Amino acid sequence: MLKYIGRRILLLLPVLIGVSFIVFTLMYITPGDPAAMQLGEQATETQILQLREQMGLDDPFIVQYGRFAKGVFTELDFGRSYRTNALVFNELLTRFPTTLTLAATGVLVAVFIGIPVGIISATKQYSLFDNAAMMFALIGVSIPNFFQGLVAILIFSVWAGWFPSSGYSTPMHMILPALTIGTSSAAMITRMTRSSMLEVIRQDYIRTARAKGQKESKVINQHALKNALIPVVTVIGLQFGYLLGGAVLTETVFSINGIGLLMVNSIKMRDLPMVQGGVLFIALTFSLVNLFVDILYGFIDPRIKAQYK
Amino acid sequence: MSSNKENEKNKDLMEREDKLKAKEVTGHEAVVKNYQSQTEIQSRPGDVKPKDLDIKKIEPAKRKSQWAEVWKRLIKNKAAIAGMIVILILLLTAIFADFIAPYGYETQFLDNTRTAPNADNWFGTDNFGRDIFSRVVYGSRISIQVGFIAVGVAMVVGGILGSISGYYSGRIDNVIMRLMDVLLAIPGILLAIAIAAALGPGLVNVMIAVGIASIPRYARIVRASVLSLRDQEFVEAAKAVGANDFRIITKYILPNCMAPIIVQGTLGVAEAILSAAGLSFIGLGIQPPIPEWGAMLSTARIYIRDAWWMAIFPGLAIMFTIFGLNLLGDGLRDALDPRLKG
Repeated sequence: MLKYIGRRILLLLPVLIGVSFIVFTLMYITPGDPAAMQLGEQATETQILQLREQMGLDDPFIVQYGRFAKGVFTELDFGRSYRTNALVFNELLTRFPTTLTLAATGVLVAVFIGIPVGIISATKQYSLFDNAAMMFALIGVSIPNFFQGLVAILIFSVWAGWFPSSGYSTPMHMILPALTIGTSSAAMITRMTRSSMLEVIRQDYIRTARAKGQKESKVINQHALKNALIPVVTVIGLQFGYLLGGAVLTETVFSINGIGLLMVNSIKMRDLPMVQGGVLFIALTFSLVNLFVDILYGFIDPRIKAQYK
Repeated sequence: MSSNKENEKNKDLMEREDKLKAKEVTGHEAVVKNYQSQTEIQSRPGDVKPKDLDIKKIEPAKRKSQWAEVWKRLIKNKAAIAGMIVILILLLTAIFADFIAPYGYETQFLDNTRTAPNADNWFGTDNFGRDIFSRVVYGSRISIQVGFIAVGVAMVVGGILGSISGYYSGRIDNVIMRLMDVLLAIPGILLAIAIAAALGPGLVNVMIAVGIASIPRYARIVRASVLSLRDQEFVEAAKAVGANDFRIITKYILPNCMAPIIVQGTLGVAEAILSAAGLSFIGLGIQPPIPEWGAMLSTARIYIRDAWWMAIFPGLAIMFTIFGLNLLGDGLRDALDPRLKG
């Protein structure tokens, strides 16, 4: 198992270096002179040239990337904001808990709705419940979360006045964003749980369990669920990463001061180091979550564990 | 007496043996017959089948194209039909937008701003007094363009990369797939945002951003399909008659792995439209006054308290489009590969 974990961590490194390269390249090709942007409109030509030299902007691309990568991977130095001169890493770190909580509550919503509904749907295939659940799942996948967020604000805060429409300070503030960000994942998990469960309950060992007179609830909850959930765990992991990305939109809708909103504002102000840092930071978290899921997968699926013994 | 008895016994035994032998023969014959009739049926359709053998199920494969079969299965699926109708309505709306929309998408009626839906303005008007119905109608053109072109870009680039990767394998496969892993390590919408931030806002840039962000998915699917087909006999046959690699990939392999590509493509158009709308919503995509649904929602956000119609109608338009494409995509998946049906 240790071999498996070690291998997965080793595989992560080149991916992260690749991500940093892509993100750096994207920001490098962005039009506009970072030195001029930092100095503002009143800066003279000499000042700009001086700062360009100071920032190393005249160096070849690969040298600049090397410097950036060295900073990121050895000292977690993501550079400084062009606008406020604050350390990008610190800015991201202060907002990270908000984004992480948002994504995590979204995943919780998704899991608590998706798994039970998926199980019931599978055990009562083609029933009214199943059909209704599948319809809702399809709508859930189809509704853009920024639109859903606006509708939620309209209904529950503007018309009903039950929840605040923006901010993220109290649990009351968290409900609408969590439901908004979690809906499409809930739909996805419902569909995945259902199809995985349907596959499992048709297998011989389930028939055996039933044949020996086991109670149906035990057959489903103990025998079938364990195996049916294996692929669902992967989906949950992927959804978590997806929600970290989706947080950008949800944070914009609800004006939540997380990494997503910071990035959107930074893009508008051409504060490139902040955008670069934000993408890299989320990609890093996403990769770590995936790593964690892969390792977890190794623990819950003996077949994978066996490969690495 | 005793000899009589013995004779009878012997007779009995012999009869029994004969019966057993006869049974064996019939059993053996049956097997042979069964085998023969099966092979006959396979090789010569229309032969008379012996009635006592249950071989009615084995019928010669009908000479019908695979796509006709798929179409037959698809039109049996009510959900897929519903999806097709939605897409058809969308396409017709986009084509005949000039006839359907009562006003131009830029026509402003400044004395008539933010009016609720009424007989003149079915979906109400926005902050510039523009007719929202007309804007939603014209918006279908933008969404269809973005969706199909972005997916087209992703499919072509991803398809080429995936084919090369799967067909040649080895080092080149490793390089391409690791690159795809890197792209997949960034959540799709975030990658699109980063690309759009670098390229700047605009219709073409949105298509590029969304397209690039979905390349890895197509590359992976095509690679997997190519890998599974590469060593098949028909490919070997093509090699033997001297077809070059390009011809083998385009004429022999790709046509055989269209099923997953089509399914992913349909669902991909939905995702592309969604991503493009998302980009426009945060101000990185298509810019006003172009009536993109996501951009319309972005403006509507500010006025949500007193002009709900500004948000609801463009939002519903996105939702129905995605819904239709998802229904069709699911239907296509079931029709193209019935084994996958849950």
